[in-house]
Order: sequence, then C-alpha cells, then structure tokens
Amino acid sequence: MIINFLFAAIKAGTPLLFGTTGEIMTQKTGNLNLGVEGMMFMGAFMSFFVAYHSDSLVLALLAAFAIGVFAALIYAVLTVSFMANQNVTGLTLTIFGTGFAKFFGAMMIDEAGGSPKLSGKFLKAVSEKAIPVLGDIPVVGKLLFSHNPLVYLAVAIAILCTLYLLKTRSGLNMRAVGENPGAADAAGINVTLTKYLHILVGGGICGLGGAYLSLINGGGIWNNSSVVNGQGWISVALVIFASWNPAKAIIGSLVFGAFSVLQFYVPKNIIEVPNAFYVMLPFLITTFVLIITSMRKSKEGSQPAGCGVNYFREER
Amino acid sequence: MTEQSIRIKREPFLRVVKKTEVSYGRMVLLSLLAVVIAIVAGGIFILAIGQNPFEIYASIVKGAWRSKIAARGTIKLAIPLLIAALGITPAFHMKFWNIGAEGQIIMGGIFATYFALFWTGLPHWMLLLLMFIGGAIGGGLWGLIPAYFKTKYGTNETLFTLMMNYIALYLIKYLTEGPWRDPASSGFPKIASFAPNARLDQVLGVHAGWLIGLALVAVMFVYLRFSKQGYEISVVGESINTARYAGMSVKKIIMRTMFLSGAVCGIAGMCQVSGAAYTLGDGVAGGVGFTAIIVAWLAQLNPVVILVVTVLFSMLDKGCSVMQSDFGLSPAVSSILQGIILFCILAFDFFTRYRFVLRQRRKA
Amino acid sequence: MKNEAMAIELKQIRKTFGSVVANNNIDLSVKQGEILALLGENGSGKTTLMNMLSGIYKPDSGSIFINGHSVAINSPEDSIRLGVGMIHQHFKLVEALSAADNIILGAKEKGFFLNRSRSEKIREISKRFGLEIDSEKKVYQMSVSEKQTVEIIKVLYRQADILILDEPTAVLTPQETKRLFEILRRMKEEGCAVIIITHKLNEVLEISDRVTILRKGESVATVETAGTSAQELTELMVGRPVELSIDHPETYFEENLLEIHHLTVCDEEGFEMIKDISFDLNRGEILGVAGVAGSGQKELCEALAGLLPVKKGAILYHKENLVGKSPAEIIKMGISMSFIPEDRLGMGLAASMGMVDNMLLKTYNEGKGPFVSKKAARELSKRLVKQLDIVTPSVDTPVRRLSGGNVQKVLLGREIESQPNVLITAYAVRGLDINSSYTIYDLINEQKQKGVGILFIGEDLDVMLELCDRIMVLCNGKITGIVNAKDVTKEQLGLLMTDASGKGGHKS
Repeated sequence: MIINFLFAAIKAGTPLLFGTTGEIMTQKTGNLNLGVEGMMFMGAFMSFFVAYHSDSLVLALLAAFAIGVFAALIYAVLTVSFMANQNVTGLTLTIFGTGFAKFFGAMMIDEAGGSPKLSGKFLKAVSEKAIPVLGDIPVVGKLLFSHNPLVYLAVAIAILCTLYLLKTRSGLNMRAVGENPGAADAAGINVTLTKYLHILVGGGICGLGGAYLSLINGGGIWNNSSVVNGQGWISVALVIFASWNPAKAIIGSLVFGAFSVLQFYVPKNIIEVPNAFYVMLPFLITTFVLIITSMRKSKEGSQPAGCGVNYFREER
Repeated sequence: MTEQSIRIKREPFLRVVKKTEVSYGRMVLLSLLAVVIAIVAGGIFILAIGQNPFEIYASIVKGAWRSKIAARGTIKLAIPLLIAALGITPAFHMKFWNIGAEGQIIMGGIFATYFALFWTGLPHWMLLLLMFIGGAIGGGLWGLIPAYFKTKYGTNETLFTLMMNYIALYLIKYLTEGPWRDPASSGFPKIASFAPNARLDQVLGVHAGWLIGLALVAVMFVYLRFSKQGYEISVVGESINTARYAGMSVKKIIMRTMFLSGAVCGIAGMCQVSGAAYTLGDGVAGGVGFTAIIVAWLAQLNPVVILVVTVLFSMLDKGCSVMQSDFGLSPAVSSILQGIILFCILAFDFFTRYRFVLRQRRKA
Repeated sequence: MKNEAMAIELKQIRKTFGSVVANNNIDLSVKQGEILALLGENGSGKTTLMNMLSGIYKPDSGSIFINGHSVAINSPEDSIRLGVGMIHQHFKLVEALSAADNIILGAKEKGFFLNRSRSEKIREISKRFGLEIDSEKKVYQMSVSEKQTVEIIKVLYRQADILILDEPTAVLTPQETKRLFEILRRMKEEGCAVIIITHKLNEVLEISDRVTILRKGESVATVETAGTSAQELTELMVGRPVELSIDHPETYFEENLLEIHHLTVCDEEGFEMIKDISFDLNRGEILGVAGVAGSGQKELCEALAGLLPVKKGAILYHKENLVGKSPAEIIKMGISMSFIPEDRLGMGLAASMGMVDNMLLKTYNEGKGPFVSKKAARELSKRLVKQLDIVTPSVDTPVRRLSGGNVQKVLLGREIESQPNVLITAYAVRGLDINSSYTIYDLINEQKQKGVGILFIGEDLDVMLELCDRIMVLCNGKITGIVNAKDVTKEQLGLLMTDASGKGGHKS
C-alpha cells in the first residue's frame, strides 16, 4: 500500500520535475518565465502528434524538446533582446501555448475523426517495466527501478543540471549572470548569449514535461481540455520549494506528487480531511517556504537577485 | 598578447541605444504601428492555416457584434476583465507586482457567495450590497496578506501572489465538495444556484456589472490622478526612499493599496458569481486574473485605455467563438491570435524606449 | 611596430548621452610602465571615458589604439581580451558568490569543470602582491576594502597589463590607500600601464608619472607630474585661476537649536554606524561634518530626519526629544532636511515626476479633502525656475532629465521654500561644476543669515574651511574633534579624519 502510494507519487511528480528543472535553469540566468504552462502545453501536443504519426518515442521527445525551445525562443527574443516586461511576456506565452495546443489538438481530433489514440506498440515502449535484476529487489526494486523510461530521464536531467550549475565554469558564469548581470558583463561574460542559451534549454526541458503528460499521464489518448491543467503553474511553485536547486526539486516533486495522490491512499475512515486540502497543501507549504526564506534574508537558496529585471549595458 | 588576439574585430551590425526622450505624438504613432504589425502578423498565421485573413478578421468583428445576443455576450466577457485590470492598476503603479488577481477574484466570489447562500432572507438590495462589500473585503484580504509579508520581511510578492491564486482555487474545491455542497445535486459536487434574490439585476440586457465597471473606470482614474493617496502610490512606486523622506508611511501605503487592489478584483469576482454564473464554481476566475495583467500593462495603467483594450480583447474572444460554426476552426484560435498580437506589441514597445544604430562605415 | 609603443592611445573620442556631450574629442595616452592620473571635476567625463576602454560604453566617434594597433572594443569581453582590467567605483561583484568564484568568473580558461587548483593560483597572486583574502568568503559578508581587494585580484588573475582604477581611494583609510599605492607601483615595475581616476590632488602628486586633466568633457592638458604643482593642476581642472573665496557672513544669533546627546545609530543591516556621539547646532551657523566616506555621515542625517531608528541617545530640538517621532511629525516641527545621497534622484526627489509634483512631496497632505491641489506648487515651481535660473523645458518635465546642477537647485529650492529652522545638506555640491557649486554656497549662506542652523556634510576640506563656522570630524562613527574653522588647518583635519590621536577606536 505504502509502496503503491510512493510509486504513484513518483509518477505524478515526474512532469513537475521536468517543469521545475526547466524553470530553475531559466530563473538562474535571471529570467522569470511564467510561460511554463504554455510551454508544457506545446510540448504535450507536439510529442503526441509526432508519436501518433511516427510511433517513435525518441522522435516524440525530440519534438517536445524542440517546440519547448521554440516557445522559449519567443520569450528570450522578447525579454532579452527587446527587453520586454518578463511577467507579461511569460503570461502571454502561456496564453499562446495553451491556444496553440488546443487549436492544433482540435485539428488533430478532426483529422482522426475522434480522439486520437497512440498505438499499442508505442504505449508498450513507454510503459512501466522493471529493470532486469535491479527491479527484482524487494521494495527498492519496485520503488526505484520499475518506472517508465521518462522518470529516469527526468531524474537524470535534474542531476545533470545540478552538477552543471555547481561544478562547471559555464554554470558559474550563468549563475553570475542571474545574480548580477552588470558584474558578469564586466567580467567578460557574454550576458545575452548566456541568457539565450539557458532560457532555450530550460524551455526544452519544460517541453519534455508536457510530453510526459500527454504520452503517459494521458493514457495514450489525446484530451484537448485537460492535458496540462495547471501542472506548469505548480512547477513554478516547486521552484521556490526547491530553493532554486534541481537536486532538491527531485525531492520536491516527489512531495508535491505525493500530495496530489494522497487523497486516494489515506484511509477515509481513519483521517477525515477534505480532498481539496491535499492538493492545496503544496501551495501552502511553498508559501511558508517563501516567507521563511525572506525572513532569514539569506542570499543563498533564494531567488537570483537579478531575476525579473532586464539588462541593458549602457543603463545609467 | 598574441598578434591574433589584437586583430581588429568588426563592430556588430546593429547596436542598441537608449532614447532619452520621445514625444507624445511619436509614442502614439509607434503604438498604432505596433497594432498594425500585430494584425498583419496574425493575418500571416491565418494564411498559414489556409484561411483568408480578411474573412476571418471580418467575421471576428461581426461575430462579436452581429446580434444583440452576441454583443451582450461580448460585454459579459468584458466585465470581469475590466474590473480586474482596474484592480491591478494601483498595485502596478506602486511597482508591486500583483500576479494574484486570479486569487483575489476567487476570494471575492467566495465571500459574495457566502452571503448569497446564507443570507437570502434579506431584501434584494441589501443582500446585493452585502455581497458587494463582502466580495471587496474577501479580495482585499487576499491582497493584504502578501502585502503584509512584503512590508514585514520583504517577501517576493510576484511569487507570493502566484501561490495565493492556487490556495484560493482549492478553497473553492473544498467548499464545493464539503460544507457548501448542494445536497440536491446528485453525482458531481457543486454549489447550489443562487436564489433570484442574490442575482445581480440586468440593465439593458446585461447584468449590472458593466455599470460597476464603468463607474470604477472613472473612480480609479480620478483616484490615481488627483487624490492624495494616488499621489502617494506614485511616489512609492518611484522610490521607496523618497517616500520615506517625504514622511509617508510606506508600509501603510503598500498595505492599503494592495487591499484596494485586491478589493477591486474581489468585486470582479462578486459580479461573476452574482451576475454571470449564479453560482460558485472553480471557473469563476478562469484565467481572467492573468489576462487582466496583460490588459493593464498594455494600457500603460491608464484606466480609460484599459476600457478600450478590454473591449478589444473581449471582442476577439467572443468573435472567435463563431470560428467553429463558420470555418470549422477551434475557438482556441482566439488564444493564438491574442498571443501573436501581444508578442508583436511587446516587441514594439522596445522602440519607444530604445533605438537601433546601424554600424557606421569608418573613414580610412 | 614602433619600439616605444603606447600601451593605450585614445584619439578624438566623443560620446554623447542624448543631448548631453559627456566626452568631446578627447586625446589620451599611456606608456607601458607608467602611471597616468586622470584628473577632473565631478561630471568632467572621466568615468565615461574609461568605460569606453572597458567596453561598457561605445564611443560615438574616435579611435582607440592598444599597443599601437587600432581596435574596436565592443564589449567588456573584448576589453579583457586586449589586456585591459578596470576596477569600477561601484564594484562589479556578485554578492552571493565567494571571492574565488568572483575572481575566476568569466575567465577564458580551459576545462569545463571548475578545478580545485583555482584557489592555489589565487593564493599565489595574493602572495606576490602582498594581498590578503579569504577566497571562500562570500562577497556580501565583506567590507568595502576587502571587496576592492577581490576586484584587484580579479584583474591580476586575468593578467591584465593595462589597469584602470576609478576613484579607488574614496572608500579607503589612509593605511589602505598606502597599501594600494604600493601594489600599483609593483604593477608599474612589472611593465603595466596604470590609469587612476581621482580628484584628490595629493594622491595625484604622490603616485602618478603624468596627469591628464579633463574639464567639461574635454582634455585640456597633459603634464608631467614632476614639473607641476597642486596650484597649476587646480587651475587646469577648474579652468581659471581659482581664488577659493566663498563668502563667510558673520551672524549674531545666540540660540541653541539642536542638542544631540549620546546618539547611537545602526544602519539597515544592524551595524553600529554612529557610536555615542554628542554635539549641538546653533542658529545662524554652519556646522561642517568631515570624514572619510562611510564614517557614519549618511546614518547621522537619516537619524536626525527620523528615517533611521535611533538605538540610544536623544535628539533635542528646543529641548523637545525628536527620537521616536516619525518623519512627518519632524517635518511639521520645522526641521526641513535636504539629504542628498550619491543617487540624488533616489531619495530627495521622484525622478519621473515633474517639478510641480516634486514640490508637493512634503506638502501634498496639507490641504483639506482627499484631493491634491497643485495650484500653489505650480506657481512655486515657476518662481523657483526664475529665481534660481533652473534650466528645464517646462515645470512638468521629469526632473531626471535635468542636469545635476539643476536637479540640485530644484531640491534645495524646495527645501528652502519650506522655511526650515534646521537644514541638513549632505554632499550638496557633489557632481556639480564650480559655478553651480557657488550658487549652492550662496543659497546656504543666505539661509545662515536668516538664522537657520545648517549641518553641512562635505568632502572637500578647502571648501569646508571657508564656508563653515565649526567643523565636526567623524571617524568610524565617532567624533574625533569639533573645531573652529578659523583655527584649524587642512592637515589637522586630515589627522582627525584618520583618527591619528586614537580617540575613535578602530573598526574590527
């Protein structure tokens, strides 16, 4: 029962992990992108569309990544090159991305003459299967080594991003850009290039989160109205919860995922708590985390200082 | 230093220079140009999906206004957007990035619903007044909480208000499934429809929210431009140090303004539940709070311009609902067009602040 | 390639910001192994010129030669590649990162991963130049001089052979300045070209080989340091023979206005910046406050105006304690404070508002009813424009578009119009040219004759000696002396500022 619960939590948390990692990469370079929901929507549609026509998981993921990069490119051009307001641009991207997925999703439904369904072959490719040997270990095998391939991908990306941020030269440069673009610029770092690069990669990762939602959570059927359904926004919340650290986002997404499925596992006759409470809890906790970090006034583990402000070198 | 490192690098083809001053006329011209380019860009998208842009644009405008019913629908869409955008305005004037209009609308709706459900015995006008005040207080409190923490600990308001949206949203879910669930509804949990007593009256075929909205346009315009509190808001937005220096109580102003901002958004929520839906559901705000931010920004926080922009936005939304029947296109095309148009305007805003300088040829 | 190539040569450099000409056809050159001082008044375009070498700004026209080659510097990256290292007046450091991270930031080195050996190289450089640094300490926990050390190591780490320092001594104690100069001489010996921006004449004479003087955006002269004098440099800088004769009217008020008893004030971060000081201010006198930057001047002003909470002590105004009163209440008592921090538009004025709205800043709340009445403010603005010769397109033009001198006139004009009893001016002439400065001195003297008590926080000791009646010297938040301006020399003040007698105690 507990194992099943944790297993379901991991499954529910994975799309959040993608979205959060992507948004952390974006915010760490100094840009708050509120378009995660939109980018995930676009990734969800694109991966489903490609999977539907090609039956290839690799192509579907590439498509999701590419469309995420494309969406982030719009955002980057506007905020980095044209210095547009980041909040407004991000919100617009969410509107655009949602419309994009729903519009072309509707076209896809028309074309298929009903809700399109992925082939059995494809579904098998993304199904949960135990890794040989490791998967046979009791408890741990089920918990850690019996997932669908995207779960491993999400964790791998999060770990890679953490290493990149903390241990590499360009990760350091990128953090400097996010904290103080003026100082980074004076140190000879190409601020514009750094921002573009990481916003695009961040967008791509968010796109993968969308792919997870449509390919796995959707059960292989395209649902035009509820495919992403706020997961992008939850990812933005999770960034705070994870204090801008992708490694902590792994734990965070597990916690958030757990809350979203908790209502199905808590025995109703023992603890009587309204269902809405469980889904609200992640946001309540995030709010407390936000307050506590601001009370401590620490420079580490809070939003990068340059986040939300566009940089113009000759500003006086 | 190596010979190679010292080689003359070419200057980049373009570079950006800040404009020092832009005349009012030029600003207007640039904005109009932005709108034209935005419409053209949207047209290109329409062409790309194999439709005639002129036909589509024409039918959007027609779809929004072709009949009394359609026009009423358009106005009905505009009401919450208008009020919420007005609500955001004072906060943004103060450079307090209130992304929480969505939640404040919801809280307004919840507070209003409380009176609608449990105080039905009151006379119609008194009940509506209570709902109005309740809605304003609900939204106001929801705005006050992030403001309190901002002034006390400097908590980031963008992220805080964002979180508050979801807490409010799930509060509705709780009320719908729990204490306020309509016992008469079988199956899907929902809150009972309001008694006629708690419904906003119709004026000229649309619920009276539009009157409230128009009144608020005037009030907000006067408040921000001529009142002492409006002056305080501008100074705080300009520089908190200057405000302190002038003897203003910055904390009080921030909290008061955020209460006001939330309260106006709460009124939008009250209008939604009591004028449009006649009940409380989790779609009460339905993204209006986010769109309102875009509207307020586009209108450069000018209440009168907000009115214009709101009508245009609602027209696009309503007009696109006929796309399905007339062209077999999903109404989601509205969001795509909105997105494309906004992207263009966002990009063009750049030219009001900066300009490009081409690389100059150097004389040998 | 010539043998005696100049490390840097600037020819006919011009830079404008909107309608303001910051640099007009400037020529400048530095040899290898030479220290050039760039001297000029505030606003003469020194920093702008150097920012074009460091890639922050782009010249509108003119050419830059480095080691004899014509170059285009499009970004700081280009500048660093060409061996130019600049230490900005406002340090360009990332607060949340450690010293080591800041030093290696952006360095073009091989390797994708951050290697451990970085701190070794940093240690080696520190040792070579006699610098001390804890490379794992976060920048936000550092003192100003520590931050400067990080900046210097950052430049050395990149093996820059052209070093530019913008007002490096403004934030340093004399001992720290001495150490900095030793490092600069060391760099000179190693063949580096050094440019030091300053307006302190004694430092110019002490450290430089040649001096280039800028005035109003133009290079007026370049002279050998050995063959010049402070007098000549001043004249070149100001543009005419200077007789620093500021009026000093005598007044005969015998009334005490402010009494400060055992005042202790902490800054926003909680550091004690003013430590147990006591002094008084009389009617019709100008009390100067001298001290190295950051000795507590800002905190003193803000505490008197009620903007910073007082930790201990009393501020008596006509025997009534002001401690605990809000700024609004203090303003009502007639204590008008004109406090001008470095960023003048950031505190005294609202930058995007016009003169009219700025006039209302302290009086908007006076009329009855919920609305602001702008009529009186509009008339006042028009009157001030005439009286003080304020140059502005209209009284509704955002004040941020006005020049520094005009901004200052707007600010001071408003304060004087409020008919204060106490006037506190901090760095009243900072960034102004000589003419504007004299206008401001005259305005201050006028107030003095009216019987206003004036606290004048200044930085130029020569000016203070002429203008002030008494001078109070702050060092590390303590008073090291209150002296009569008539009976004291600049050197004596200098000694008090550095607390040679040891009264002020030392910062940890």
